[in-house]
Amino acid sequence: MTDNPSLLNNPNLDDWLIILPDGDIEARSGKVDVGQRISTALAIIVSEEMDVDLEHIQIAPPATIGFPDEGMTTGSNSIEQSGHALRRAAATARRHLIGIAVEKFGAPAECLNIKDGLIGVTGTNQTINFAELMDGGGFGIPVDPNAPLKPTEDHRWIGNAATPRHMTEFVTGAFSYVHDMALPGMLHARPIRPPHANAQLIDFDPKVTAQLTGDGIIIVRNGSFAALAGEDEYALIKAARRLAETAEWDLGDGLDTEDVFQRLRDNEHLSLPVVDGTPVDDPAPALRDPPPDAAQTLSARYERPYVMHATIGPSAGMAVCTDTGIEVWTHSQGIHSFRASAAEALGVAPDTLTVHHALGAGCYGHNGADDAAFDAVLIARAIPGRPVLLKWTREDEHAWEPYGSCMAAETRASINAAGQIIQWSQDTYSDTHRGRPRPDPGGDGPARLLGARYLSDPARAFSAKPTMTRQGGLHRNLDPYYDFPDTRLVKHLVRDLPLRTSALRCLGAHVNVFALESFIDELARAAKIDALAFRLNHLSDRRAKTVLNACAEAIGWGDVAAEGHGLGLAFARYTNSKTYAAVGVDLSVDDAAQVHLNRVVIAADAGEVIDRAGLSAQLEGGFLQAASWTLYEQVTFDESGITSRDWDTYPILRFDNVPDIETILMERPGDAPLGAGEAVGGPAAGAIANAIFNATQIRMRRMPFTPDMIRAAAAADTN
Amino acid sequence: MGMAEEILLRINGTEHRIHSDPATPLLFVLRNQLGLTGAKLGCGLEQCGACAVLMDGVSQLTCATGVGEFQGRDIVTVEGLSNGGTLSAVQQAFVDAGAAQCGYCTPGMVVAVTAMLDRAPSPTKVEITEALTPHLCRCGAHPRILEAVARLIGPGGVDD
Repeated sequence: MTDNPSLLNNPNLDDWLIILPDGDIEARSGKVDVGQRISTALAIIVSEEMDVDLEHIQIAPPATIGFPDEGMTTGSNSIEQSGHALRRAAATARRHLIGIAVEKFGAPAECLNIKDGLIGVTGTNQTINFAELMDGGGFGIPVDPNAPLKPTEDHRWIGNAATPRHMTEFVTGAFSYVHDMALPGMLHARPIRPPHANAQLIDFDPKVTAQLTGDGIIIVRNGSFAALAGEDEYALIKAARRLAETAEWDLGDGLDTEDVFQRLRDNEHLSLPVVDGTPVDDPAPALRDPPPDAAQTLSARYERPYVMHATIGPSAGMAVCTDTGIEVWTHSQGIHSFRASAAEALGVAPDTLTVHHALGAGCYGHNGADDAAFDAVLIARAIPGRPVLLKWTREDEHAWEPYGSCMAAETRASINAAGQIIQWSQDTYSDTHRGRPRPDPGGDGPARLLGARYLSDPARAFSAKPTMTRQGGLHRNLDPYYDFPDTRLVKHLVRDLPLRTSALRCLGAHVNVFALESFIDELARAAKIDALAFRLNHLSDRRAKTVLNACAEAIGWGDVAAEGHGLGLAFARYTNSKTYAAVGVDLSVDDAAQVHLNRVVIAADAGEVIDRAGLSAQLEGGFLQAASWTLYEQVTFDESGITSRDWDTYPILRFDNVPDIETILMERPGDAPLGAGEAVGGPAAGAIANAIFNATQIRMRRMPFTPDMIRAAAAADTN
Repeated sequence: MGMAEEILLRINGTEHRIHSDPATPLLFVLRNQLGLTGAKLGCGLEQCGACAVLMDGVSQLTCATGVGEFQGRDIVTVEGLSNGGTLSAVQQAFVDAGAAQCGYCTPGMVVAVTAMLDRAPSPTKVEITEALTPHLCRCGAHPRILEAVARLIGPGGVDD
């Protein structure tokens, strides 16, 4: 038996593996590669368990037909779901092929060997390849979740650093992203967005529309949704700008500009207790009095503004509408759920849409991909028979992607005279992290697509339901991995916040771990105990202690920091069940209050390492993205709309602040591999805040840690 | 809209006679008229570096500068850096270092490193930072891109 949803939903071996006529293996996964190198890791797994060299494993981007439906590619689940499933599939396939060979050769299995897809009888020159054994047929058997795996001591591919797939195409420019697709008869397209989310289109200037139409540009309009299509991409960009500027818009009341941190306190919210990482539909417990043996009780509030996915390539989508249906190419991380929401919005059956994944630029989360694909569908429906390649501009992406929510976390804890935490409470306030398209029997699917909100018959606005799953949205890593007694954890889903939000890498864990790991340092200081020792005093999991100790040693914890430098440590186990990660940061803060990241150590235990290079890349990339959110990023807006609309007004981390990073991976061959892609984001924020404190004695509790914010925090400390 | 003119471009060693409004940025001509989609549109504002090409050996952004400005120049795109099936040393170093994740920013990074090393074969840390800081990467491939540069500079390493 298995509890892996990927296998439960796709039990047949033929769903996963196909032996091609030349003996190559086509591995089919429902998870999409968005730069996290999952396809490299999956290829390694199949290669290992089938004894076929890596270059003979093919993996294509999935589509809604012909591939296993593995839901969304989210939550650092791909190795644990798709990797687990393909590993069992490959082991089942290998055993099956050996079984056929035993019959064919009349030799017992012990006398057979496999080398790169060729089964031979040991000691003879008799060989047969996988394709010949399959004889053009499929497997016709289910995946056996208990099929024996290759012993770890025989591993040849697993645990080594493979060259990532597509590297040569990346460095030569030959790789085709959605943005680069060219289909016969294709038209380019650009959306025309209102000045802000609450504005409606009254009308375009008829003189401008007449001119554009005269130039051969097609104007597609449905309510306040509008777009241009035509042959010349650059002409469209200029035309779209001109049309938007000359249009008459009903601006309504504009955007609500009240301070979002105040809104997080004051707005109506739905409060649920979180027990063992899972929300419970009960009244939230009140904050209790500190226990009688409390020597000290501290409280703090930690905050993050809205942040962006900020992908380098603005979102794009391709769609073509023919008599047989609608075909879509998208860099969505959930092609099935996109299809469900789009079909619901269009009032068509889901199987009239075929959705293919095609790579876009990386970002990790719900950026504009789904919305751009739906824009393309709306335009393609208005111009049947012509493929439409729609691209957002930089401004579209910055102003219209669904953001990572602004958040606040309020902590309170009591320590006893021995410096042990005896009571712990955290309240986390946030908008939803679950805005992705998805099938919704309640009818809220269409509004999860931006374009559907602006049609003449607009999708009904919806009020997000609280995510009730274990370690779900805003409560991800709200439950501390430490052994704290008497914990009180409450999630608060805040209503009526001004901007649209959805899933951004780490979801709530970025802020929850930032708060927890900052507060731990504050408590350790209050208890006059070293921050590393204080953490270890509250951890019983040996693997957690191991990563913390390894990280501390490598960053030089306990040594005297260089003049002006500060060291910071932080730890988390992602979702309390995935990769263990400790982060150590050595930084300095200059006279202008600029933070310089000097050196970083990441120590991680991700179980069995599959792709050593890919795992390190994900951990280090995760650090840099989180460092960027933490140090630099904040969506800004006023009544007239989003004001952070480019890379000057929304700066992200550049090469001038990239630290030396040392990554230490724990070796656990034979253990279950653990999802790692989001493991570092929370600890990165905590370690940076703690290092800033150790460098300056300024405690940063609100992101981003820009010079202005650091100076403001310093001024608040002295007042 | 401006009038289309005949414009002569020298790209990857080949002369191209194209018809375009000279104000149309080179990037759109490369991608949509010449089928060279290696250079990417990231911003259209010369803020992110995804659209870089070599112009007379120097890294030049193409998303906002009109194609007319490139007449008479020697332009090399990322596609022109490899010779048939043979990668340039910079491209090979990127492959060996695994210096890409989603790969979208990679062509611009490869161009920037190529231009930097043509100018300064043994760049200092400051020179490397200056050459790469105009280029954004969201996946966090920076350490591996720096590793690719270190491999190209060789055992002497990077001076501070």
